[in-house]
Amino acid sequence: MLTETSTHRKTYYEELRDKGYTRRDFMKFCTLFAAYMGLQSTGAAQIADALKNTPRVPVIWLHFQECTCCSESFIRSSHPIVADIILDKLSLDYSETLMAAAGHQAEEVRAKTMKDHYGEYILCVEGSVPMGGDGEYCCIGGKSALNILEETAAGAKAIIAWGSCACNGCVQAAKPNPTQATPIHKIVKGKPIVKVPGCPPIGEVMAGTIVHIITFGTLPELDGTGRPKAFYSKRIHDSCYRRPYYDAGLFVETFDDENARRGYCLYKVGCKGPSTYNSCGIMKWNNGVSFPIQSGHGCFGCSEEKFWDNGPIYQRLPNFPGFGIETSADKVGMVALGVTAAGIAAHAVATNLRKHKMVDHLIDEGKQSDRDLKLD
Amino acid sequence: MEATTVQSKPQVLRRVFVWQLPVRYYHWVNALCILVLTATGFIIGDPPALLSGKEAYANFWFGTTRFIHFVAAYIFLFNFLFRIYWGFVGNHFASWKNFIPTNKKFFQDMWRVIQVDIFMTKKEEEGAIGHNRLAGFIYFLTFIAFAIQCLTGFGLYAAMSDWWLPGLFTWVPTLFGGDFMLRQIHHWAMWFFILFTVVHVYLVFYHDYVEGRGELSSMAGGWKFIEEKYFNKKK
Repeated sequence: MLTETSTHRKTYYEELRDKGYTRRDFMKFCTLFAAYMGLQSTGAAQIADALKNTPRVPVIWLHFQECTCCSESFIRSSHPIVADIILDKLSLDYSETLMAAAGHQAEEVRAKTMKDHYGEYILCVEGSVPMGGDGEYCCIGGKSALNILEETAAGAKAIIAWGSCACNGCVQAAKPNPTQATPIHKIVKGKPIVKVPGCPPIGEVMAGTIVHIITFGTLPELDGTGRPKAFYSKRIHDSCYRRPYYDAGLFVETFDDENARRGYCLYKVGCKGPSTYNSCGIMKWNNGVSFPIQSGHGCFGCSEEKFWDNGPIYQRLPNFPGFGIETSADKVGMVALGVTAAGIAAHAVATNLRKHKMVDHLIDEGKQSDRDLKLD
Repeated sequence: MEATTVQSKPQVLRRVFVWQLPVRYYHWVNALCILVLTATGFIIGDPPALLSGKEAYANFWFGTTRFIHFVAAYIFLFNFLFRIYWGFVGNHFASWKNFIPTNKKFFQDMWRVIQVDIFMTKKEEEGAIGHNRLAGFIYFLTFIAFAIQCLTGFGLYAAMSDWWLPGLFTWVPTLFGGDFMLRQIHHWAMWFFILFTVVHVYLVFYHDYVEGRGELSSMAGGWKFIEEKYFNKKK
């Protein structure tokens, strides 16, 4: 790897042929990803063309506060070329989990990539950065996560924030966030950042994002929060195969009832599909085998910001903040309604005591009218 | 103001045109929308466990409930926008100046209303013909609540629609960090409407009972009946 950067840099296609893949395998891969990325039919040729002619893009893949589930998801991407192209051949110059080198050697590789490919390399970040305690909660090679990130981000062409940790802090940023785990976009400014949230994100979504960057040399189209629109513009709910049960008002009431057995909608047992933007309903997981809702468990919104703090997993309505657990907005509302009703009753009594003269006066006037009209 | 004096000389009431027809339309459309939105909103938030032997394709009651909620939401939004417009072109009683405090006198009057009508520590008759200052300010708060409901509601709805109008609200989920928070705020704010309605209806009855100016019927015919002496004071 070290020598290659100084001489001829092989293209992705060359690397794959060396590895033993046939052209047919290669074209299958290109077609698959054109479909995943939502491109038109000519997109497959565009991808093939790009992978044949572009030299490998150097990638530095940093791991901070995370569990490596993003990497795990990635290597289980449905097409074997994905793992090969990215992990073996995408010139993954530095990745704590997967690189062969260790210690000083590894750090040297990172330094060399940063120097040789300044402004060219893609920086992938898995995990959040602890800002508390001078960054002592996450140190690699004697440097804090913050130092490493700032140093590496300086020469990056673009940054991909893998997973919810890098995008929004995920579980370690849940209240009270003792390490002050901070997502990447709040630290690095002035660099294009693609957020690929999820705990973990779907492998094909991760691969699709990278293939897009390689093919077109630009970032995929992003939504308002910085996620690729191709994968995050629809809610799980909109592509859920149980959606007809929702519209029909057929819900699972408890996980052990007849409705659960029939596969009704999991809305009432806390499914967060209606407020979660991801591709699980379409791409599914583990080579398209299944996804949480298909296996009878509601979505818990792992790709949404603060999903750990946003209420219980198995409850539709979250607890109302500041009123303890098991206190929903409706319970607080009912108490407020009771207090209001009591206040009104008290006020009505007070009105008849304090304002009786005004009321008596109206009544007297009415009686006078009665007399004048000779109604008595 | 003793009852005896009244018997000899009854009050003369004068008819005052307070609520213009558009204001009355606005009021009742708004009331109906809030009723429908709250009822359907509760059902959407916590659907009842209806049992049905039919297949899913033969049922659509939950979809229909949501449809009604969204239709009512559109009417509510346009009605609200219309009322804002009418605040600039309507009569004296409909003007935006009744709602937004612009001077110190406004707050002094508000405090006076609290003393007279809420704590009843001050004994005097209510002077306001249209909205009293406290009511005006509370309505201003309800307008803010309307805006919050429209923003959060259409923010949630935007992802389901291809129309440009809901598309104007796509920035809202981003601002609140996703649909979770939006949904919660939308639900909490609904309780403001419920509490407001309860107090509002009570106070209409209260004013009619104590003042006898036709408060309750004014939102039907637009008229209130004000004592002659009030006009003399103004002269």
